[in-house]
Amino acid sequence: MPEIKVTPLGAGQDVGRSCILVSIAGKNVMLDCGMHMGYNDDRRFPDFSYITQNGRLTDFLDCVIISHFHLDHCGALPYFSEMVGYDGPIYMTHPTKAICPILLEDYRKITVDKKGETNFFTSQMIKDCMKKVVAVHLHQTVQVNDPFKILFCFSAAWIDKCRPDLLISESTYATTIRDSKRCRERDFLKKVHETVERGGKVLIPVFALGRAQELCILLETFWERMNLKAPIYFSTGLTEKANHYYKLFITWTNQKIRKTFVQRNMFEFKHIKAFDRAFADNPGPMVVFATPGMLHAGQSLQIFRKWAGNEKNMVIMPGYCVQGTVGHKILSGQRKLEMEGRQILEVKMQVEYMSFSAHADAKGIMQLIRQAEPRNVLLVHGEAKKMEFLKQKIEQEFHVNCYMPANGETTTIFTNPSIPVDISLGLLKRETAIGLLPDVKKPKLMHGTLIMKDNSFRLVSPEQALKELGLAEHQLRFTCRVHIQDLRKEHETVLRVYNHLKAVLKDYSVQHLPDGSITVESILIQATAHSEDQGTKVLLVSWTYQDEELGSYLTSLLKKGLPQSTS
Amino acid sequence: MAAHLKKRVYEEFTKVVQQQHEDLSAKKLRLTKPSKSAALHVDLCKATSPADALQYLLQFARKPVEVESVEGVVRILLEHYYKENDASVRLKIASLLGLLSKTAGFSPDCIMDDAINALQNEKSHQVLAQLLDTLLVIGTKLTENPSVRMRLVEVACKHLTDSSHGVRNKCLQLIGCLGPVEKGVAKEAESQSAKDVQKIIGDHFNDQDPRVRTAAIKAMLQLHERGLKLQQTIYCQACKLLADDYEQVRSAAVQLIWVLSQLYPESIVPIPSSNEEIRLVDDAFGKICHMVSDGSWVVRVQAAKLLGSMQQVSSHFLEQTLDKKLMSDLRRKRTAHERAKELYSSGEFSSGRKWGDDAPKEEIDTGAVNLIESGACGAFVHGLEDEMYEVRIAAVEALCMLAQSSPSFAEKCLDFLVDMFNDEIEEVRLQSIHTMRKISNNITLREDQLDTVLAVLEDSSRDIREALHELLCCTNVSTKEGIHLALVELLKNLTKYPTDRESIWKCLKFLGSRHPTLVLPLVPELLSTHPFFDTPEPDMDDPAYIAVLVLIFNAAKSCPTMPALFSDHTFRHYAYLRDSLSHLVPPLRLPGRKLVSSPVSTSITPNEDPSQQFLHQSLERVYNLQHLDPQGVQELLEFTIRDLQRLGELQSELAGMADFTATYLQCQLLLIKALQEKLWNVAAPLYLKQNALASAAAKQILEETYKMEFMYSGVEGRQVVIIHHMRLQAKALQLIVTARTTRGAEPLFGMCEKFLQEVDSFQRCFISELPHMQGSFVDKLLDLMPRLVTSKPSEVVKILQTTLRQSTFLHLPLPEQLHRATATIIEPTGESDNPLRFTSGLVVALDVDATLEHVQDPQGTVKVQVLYPDGQAQLIHPKPADFRNPGPGRHRLITQVYLSHTAWTEPCQIEVRLLLAYNSNRSKASAKIPKCTWSDSMEALPQSENGIEGTIPFSKPVKVYIMPKPARR
Repeated sequence: MPEIKVTPLGAGQDVGRSCILVSIAGKNVMLDCGMHMGYNDDRRFPDFSYITQNGRLTDFLDCVIISHFHLDHCGALPYFSEMVGYDGPIYMTHPTKAICPILLEDYRKITVDKKGETNFFTSQMIKDCMKKVVAVHLHQTVQVNDPFKILFCFSAAWIDKCRPDLLISESTYATTIRDSKRCRERDFLKKVHETVERGGKVLIPVFALGRAQELCILLETFWERMNLKAPIYFSTGLTEKANHYYKLFITWTNQKIRKTFVQRNMFEFKHIKAFDRAFADNPGPMVVFATPGMLHAGQSLQIFRKWAGNEKNMVIMPGYCVQGTVGHKILSGQRKLEMEGRQILEVKMQVEYMSFSAHADAKGIMQLIRQAEPRNVLLVHGEAKKMEFLKQKIEQEFHVNCYMPANGETTTIFTNPSIPVDISLGLLKRETAIGLLPDVKKPKLMHGTLIMKDNSFRLVSPEQALKELGLAEHQLRFTCRVHIQDLRKEHETVLRVYNHLKAVLKDYSVQHLPDGSITVESILIQATAHSEDQGTKVLLVSWTYQDEELGSYLTSLLKKGLPQSTS
Repeated sequence: MAAHLKKRVYEEFTKVVQQQHEDLSAKKLRLTKPSKSAALHVDLCKATSPADALQYLLQFARKPVEVESVEGVVRILLEHYYKENDASVRLKIASLLGLLSKTAGFSPDCIMDDAINALQNEKSHQVLAQLLDTLLVIGTKLTENPSVRMRLVEVACKHLTDSSHGVRNKCLQLIGCLGPVEKGVAKEAESQSAKDVQKIIGDHFNDQDPRVRTAAIKAMLQLHERGLKLQQTIYCQACKLLADDYEQVRSAAVQLIWVLSQLYPESIVPIPSSNEEIRLVDDAFGKICHMVSDGSWVVRVQAAKLLGSMQQVSSHFLEQTLDKKLMSDLRRKRTAHERAKELYSSGEFSSGRKWGDDAPKEEIDTGAVNLIESGACGAFVHGLEDEMYEVRIAAVEALCMLAQSSPSFAEKCLDFLVDMFNDEIEEVRLQSIHTMRKISNNITLREDQLDTVLAVLEDSSRDIREALHELLCCTNVSTKEGIHLALVELLKNLTKYPTDRESIWKCLKFLGSRHPTLVLPLVPELLSTHPFFDTPEPDMDDPAYIAVLVLIFNAAKSCPTMPALFSDHTFRHYAYLRDSLSHLVPPLRLPGRKLVSSPVSTSITPNEDPSQQFLHQSLERVYNLQHLDPQGVQELLEFTIRDLQRLGELQSELAGMADFTATYLQCQLLLIKALQEKLWNVAAPLYLKQNALASAAAKQILEETYKMEFMYSGVEGRQVVIIHHMRLQAKALQLIVTARTTRGAEPLFGMCEKFLQEVDSFQRCFISELPHMQGSFVDKLLDLMPRLVTSKPSEVVKILQTTLRQSTFLHLPLPEQLHRATATIIEPTGESDNPLRFTSGLVVALDVDATLEHVQDPQGTVKVQVLYPDGQAQLIHPKPADFRNPGPGRHRLITQVYLSHTAWTEPCQIEVRLLLAYNSNRSKASAKIPKCTWSDSMEALPQSENGIEGTIPFSKPVKVYIMPKPARR
């Protein structure tokens, strides 16, 4: 039985370094090739030795597919392709291909230049790696090799009930149902607006990509809508480059941005300008987006130190902060911070927390499953305990199998493959013309010959099959003798049988031939006197195998004997 | 054989010609018609290949065919149809047959048999489908004939077993459109067809092709629309279709379920997998709610829209739609709405929020959590958070309709609606504001909700702000802090967008009069008065100060203790504002002051309103005393007109009525004056003067009648007759005047004939009203009609003159409601002394902002006129999108007018005004002109001869100072 084997190399019952190995139809595919943010040792990359122990990566893998540009989905790519060694195709969408190298380069800089690590991939490796990438359009089907195709989609809704064999879903928020996005956005905007109106400054520490752009758009539209004048600044040159790509990929964005694109490109920010270090001391209200997002170093921390003393100002943390960072400290309510050089910073500014995250919540995942109607579900990229809950819910609600393999653990899923068979149009028409109209609910029996040749299946009429195969036709006939006690003459017996059959089989054509035999459709019945006992007549019934049903019915009918009353 | 056929064709065709010769009233045009079908025939015979024939047919289809020659053309087409081997040509012919049978005036029963014959021998599925389509067209033209319909339905049933989806599709469509609907007919027909249409269609709900399934559901809906009561049994089938793989099937199924839920709301259906039973409407509601989270947005929009009209659903199910439970790491979390509510009830608000304010609270039992809702649960939560704004708008609309019918639901959905004020798409925001306004009677806003609502006041879109002002006009606020907050935000709005002045003042007027007790404690603070010290007198011209005063004065109207808190200058300001902004400041009972114009504020219901009585009395008086001597009648009319005009000024709600009657009486007065005998008996040299008077009167009456007909909304048929009658009299007067001034009978002939035609058409249009017009001009005229037709123009004129004098004055019955269309130009104000400078030859855009009241179809009728000092006039048609509809009977025109002129030496004023365009063809009296079905309107019917178009100015002109400068070189 055909099967799909799934082995997570990363992200199995874990968040980060998404990397899943799938063997399907004899091909091996790797989905995602991410890194883990939480580790600085070998554990940050997926364990490729699982594959390499059997030989080279390129020999084993048919292709790699990257879902999106977040580092936990593509961060290990240069390591994987250049340092471990893989030369096969890597598929990703155009925006991913554009933005991914920027992020990789940034990541490399932080690790190598700032932390001084060695044995890490170089800029050249990133470039080389990108050369192996094949960019794909949305909704474009790519034929990787013969039976195997890939198709990128935004959402499951695009394929109306595609009913896949297996649905692999992330499950970061497996146990969370969130409030509406609009509520969160309104809260955020209200806070920013109030502070700016008071004349305060707002600091929003962000990571360079993704959420930052989302917030920019949000503020930009709000400024436009409310006709506000306070300046908004965005730090770091990296983001400018990324914004440039965002501008180019308008069709990939949400309805709002696409709608307004007719008037202007939302990413051509009107109100958001590049930040200069000197601006931080300017009087009056302003909003500044600064990196990094957890206030642990860099520009965001510098600005924070400058503004922390004034209670009119505000800092908004739009995401999660790791323990030990300044961000985490202030979020947990610490008002006095010890900075480097023993100085104490008193935090008087307001501290707010907003959760903006792109992950789907439990409800979203359930909805996806309902729409796609998969036969199996596999959960990755989430904590084991939370997955357990969701798994139980999925099985309970949809009655489908749900799996949650750990890293390195292989899950095998058996599938019922659909086998396409070609049927000749003539045969189809002929067969559907017989009997009732096709009905969805009832299976229909049809006669034909299945020819399996050159890896293809064809259903053709028997005559054509014989012709193609160069065979002569053989007829298979069943004959059966039925003894009847009848004292009359043979032809009288025949007549009685004929009348009887005519009366019983109203729907069939029963004929009495001049040579003394009876035909029912194509079944032949002949009567002879028994050689020994003249009182016993022998009825010879003969039919071809196609008429098996009718033939056997007829014999059983005759065996019951003829009705007495006819005489 | 071919020769024979040809002969037959020509026989047919000559027959057509003969018919036309018989027809005596034929006009020249007809002679060309036979050549059309002949040409087609020749072309088709010439065609050597199917492609050629197709080309000819395509060319032929571009031109219309007259009613008389349709049959000939059809015959020729059918001949070719039988001969043709190529399916595509047959297809085109079949489609042409359908098109031809649509021709107005042509009865297609003669080609039905041929079409059915063709159907029986046809092999190609596409042609079959097209032929069925043709039959559908024929059937829809012959709906009154039940036997034709039966026959067509039978034909369709026969082809339902076809293997092609297109054919089955068309068959179902045909059955849906023509299937028997009436119970009686169905019984009769049972002997013939013995088939139940619903059953036949229902069988195709399970067709293998999704298109056919959709067609089956649509056919069922069509039957419903035509009045057939669908059986309840199809409910289960329809429910199964909701899970179909194809979106169009699901979308249609949702509609079908909705229809059934409206038909059988109270029947009981079992819940599968349990023993319980619920009402069908509740079950259907649950099912449609489920579709709000469908995969396809088309279905989602459809489902969300339909939810709104299911008002019979029980409140229990209704409230589930707003169900929303949050959790975080398996612990229950409160929604932002719940938190806001709690903050409010605990008495504190706007606390400085900390991280973890929304921290999850209690643990939830894992088994009890329902991650994915079934039925009605959270349907609106989903709909309002949908990624497509179309779905969100539909959900908001549905919410509005349900909230209007259920006050408790209105209260509950408030949080969600307020949320929508911050949607990212402006249309959605606007829609939700309008929705809120519609349900505002049922709700009181909490402070935190008010806060969110008021935040939107800063929106840069004018539409949004004005909609919000409208909303605030009719909102209930619960606390005095709320009022204060609203005032502060409105003032902020005023400083940010000074153009909103009028709208904000109006908003505060209503806010004040609705909440007098809440405003009272705020007065000292608002007026910044101090118990001991005199405070400086605020600037009277400050719009913000005026806004505050408007709020206070309107509150003071129903709160007599308030004026005691006013300081001296407040009273002075009151007097000033009462005068300058009388529509915003109500009359107040102030201590030590006489009450001016008190009767207006008395609370008498309009029925016993003395002013209404007065109106009727004065009218009675006029009608009763019509046999007075001419002098007396004139005087009485003059006085009554004056009275009515004054009444209209005083009583705004009667203004329309009073103006209308005054105009009518004015017409009558003019007529009487013009007909005064002494004027007509003077000697010839004095004709000139008298003529000028009479013809001016006739002209004015004509103008006034157009005004009466088109400027008032609420004019009914009875009034229209009277108006037309008056117009007829004016035309008669015109005729008489012309007859007396022109020499020779030649020009008079035409005029007389035209006038008689008008009388004739008057009779045709208002035949039903004639009995009410005893003794009137037209009544007498119609009696004399046989004489008039045969007599000479001079005699006609004489008869007319006497009839005019003798005829009685008709009563003008007043309709229930009558409003005069008015327009006020808000912008440009006409106050500016700074000329608008622009380079000559280029254009300058002038913003025009006007409110229109009681204008029907403003998109088609309202025009902007610009008059330049050199007498040049320019007429501008504003775009339909420039009109907004803020409330019933009110419209707002915000548009840009482009001005341009050659260079002037000094700045000069131009006039801008609004015109109401009318067209007597559009009038309610004239019958609708049947539309030409052929695609090209080039040869469509000419405008009917008496279609008079014109414009009525209905706003005060505004002067704009402009200065086109010569271009610099």
